[in-house]
Amino acid sequence: MSAVIKVENLGKRYIIRHQQKGYVALRDVIAEKTKNIFSSAGRLKNKEAALSGREEFWALDDVNFEVKKGDRVGIVGRNGAGKSTLLKVLSRITEPTRGKISIRGRMSSLLEVGTGFHPELTGRENIFLNGAILGMRRAEIKRKFDEIVDFADVEKFLDTPVKRYSSGMYVRLAFAVAAHLESEILVVDEVLAVGDSQFQSKCLGKMQDVSREEGRTILFVSHNMAAISKLCNKGILLNGGRLVGNADIDRIVDSYISTSFHSEFFELKDNAIDKETYFERIFLSRDKQLPKNMFSFSDDIHCVFELNGTKLNEESTLTFIIRDKNLSPVFSEHHVISNHKGKFVAIIPKTVLLPGRYYLQSMLHVPNVKFLDNNEDYISFSIEETGSKNAVYNVDLGFVNIPVLWEE
Amino acid sequence: MFEQMIKTADSEEFDLVIEETRSRSNYWKDIWQYRELFFFLAWRDILVRYKQTVIGLAWSLLRPFLTMLVFTFIFGRLAKLPSGGVPYPILVYAAMLPWQFFSTSFTDASNSLIGNSNMLTKIYFPRIIIPTSTVIVNLVDFLISFVILIGLMFWFHFSAPWSILMLPLFLVQALLISLGSGFYVAAINVKYRDFKYIVPFVVQFGLYISPVGFSSNLIPEKWRLLYSLNPMVGVIDGFRWSITGDSKQMYMNGYYLSLTVTILFVLLGIWYFRKMERSFADII
Repeated sequence: MSAVIKVENLGKRYIIRHQQKGYVALRDVIAEKTKNIFSSAGRLKNKEAALSGREEFWALDDVNFEVKKGDRVGIVGRNGAGKSTLLKVLSRITEPTRGKISIRGRMSSLLEVGTGFHPELTGRENIFLNGAILGMRRAEIKRKFDEIVDFADVEKFLDTPVKRYSSGMYVRLAFAVAAHLESEILVVDEVLAVGDSQFQSKCLGKMQDVSREEGRTILFVSHNMAAISKLCNKGILLNGGRLVGNADIDRIVDSYISTSFHSEFFELKDNAIDKETYFERIFLSRDKQLPKNMFSFSDDIHCVFELNGTKLNEESTLTFIIRDKNLSPVFSEHHVISNHKGKFVAIIPKTVLLPGRYYLQSMLHVPNVKFLDNNEDYISFSIEETGSKNAVYNVDLGFVNIPVLWEE
Repeated sequence: MFEQMIKTADSEEFDLVIEETRSRSNYWKDIWQYRELFFFLAWRDILVRYKQTVIGLAWSLLRPFLTMLVFTFIFGRLAKLPSGGVPYPILVYAAMLPWQFFSTSFTDASNSLIGNSNMLTKIYFPRIIIPTSTVIVNLVDFLISFVILIGLMFWFHFSAPWSILMLPLFLVQALLISLGSGFYVAAINVKYRDFKYIVPFVVQFGLYISPVGFSSNLIPEKWRLLYSLNPMVGVIDGFRWSITGDSKQMYMNGYYLSLTVTILFVLLGIWYFRKMERSFADII
């Protein structure tokens, strides 16, 4: 199987001009140029000023990868890593500064939902308009019209102006049009962040169908690790404009999360803190003393929170959330603390959490009033497989082991 | 022989190669592929214009009609500018048609890219489609206004001369100058927003300087060639001649000059637009 997308030495540079105004005014440019004509000293000064006001920013730097036909590639990375820029360059919205991209087949991009929708036009009219903007022919749109309306579930409101639609309907309609593009390669950027969960799973489902049944290639950018893990088979990790990972999706997601959250315990460095209550130390342990991060299935897990502070608020609550390998929450626990200082231990009973990698998120707050300390360092830990019921199965069967009783 | 086989396997056919230095032969192919978009965007603008309006379509008729009345009164009655035996309203209207077409095309085109900035940053299509579709919208207006001219001719019992058959030629010329200047101003407005203020001024100035309210016969002989540097002079004279049949309207040397300037504008417009296009999404 040969490559449908080949990216070689791709680089994209932006030049940041430090200027007060938001846009370039012709009047200023003319004034500058006139100044330059009349004084060579002025010219030097201006050049220096101009140079110092210029900064180069490489949004993408020497990116190389290949995508094979039928691959579903998840592009992950922190904000500012270059994911959206990569998509923009692939979609020909902006030009590369260096490098080369070779594409085989038709490619459509969905970087925003409802691009080109006009609020005054009806749903029907917008379907045609949006389809045309995305590159469909009129005949093609006509042919697919019923399918699109069906997917979006807006048949009743087809002839009302779109400005009257609820945001959910709007998004469904917009995605429905894009979902019926017939291109061989589909590039999707975080658009599923909008819409309710039912819609999101519908979209994911559609993308899965489109890829598995029709063999189309998908590039998908998202911050939703669960969605990416489910949909994609390959992954690309970007960091600071560079490609730092190109592998199977599970490895990439794991790599991304664990490099973002790799703390094994939390210890406050700063000693002079003037807060009511705050975390001084957080760690996990088997015996409340020694920090540990690997547990067996039959271990009790002790979450030790060492608190300090200046005064106690009656309703101060310690909340912790256990998150899975995709950062989706598994369960959370809330405990009203009796004292603003001291050592608090929460014991997660053995054999409750199934083997896997988890993250502990902790916070101190007064419910619905304010945060006292919102700790952003998730602590990672893992539970090793040592004899759970699910050991024989090699598939993801959930996170918890509930003691279900049977009657026969 | 073995080497040859490896070579052909290597040069797999890619449909599209994106590279900074690559010449854009893709572009004109793309325009053909996206040709329906011209009409869709024009259709959108026309639909939107008339939604929620009561008068709606009538605006396309009212505006040139009213301007014609005002001009006839001021230039015909007050200033008593000569009209060479043709009913003054027709003389004025014959010039109003192309001028209105050009001035609104020019103004609309200048804002077209900025007004569609959300599309420019999220979707690919040949950007030149945007200002072109605004010109198409104004072409529709032109055709509607043309109906009034027919009405006027009936009113004054003015029979159309054979020269009216040449009208499409001048229409094409008006189209060209609108497109050329439209491309240029659309592109430059993205980078230098000052043009938002410059454009209305240019249009206003142009209205007085172009032979709309008066015939270009009034210009003294020695200045007539220089006067024809204004591309609209050629267009308007052409319109006047074809509608009134008055051959004194056409000063051929001046006409050829205007035509040349028009073609230059088109080439300049396309060149400048293509040059700036690559940075639209980054600047807008």
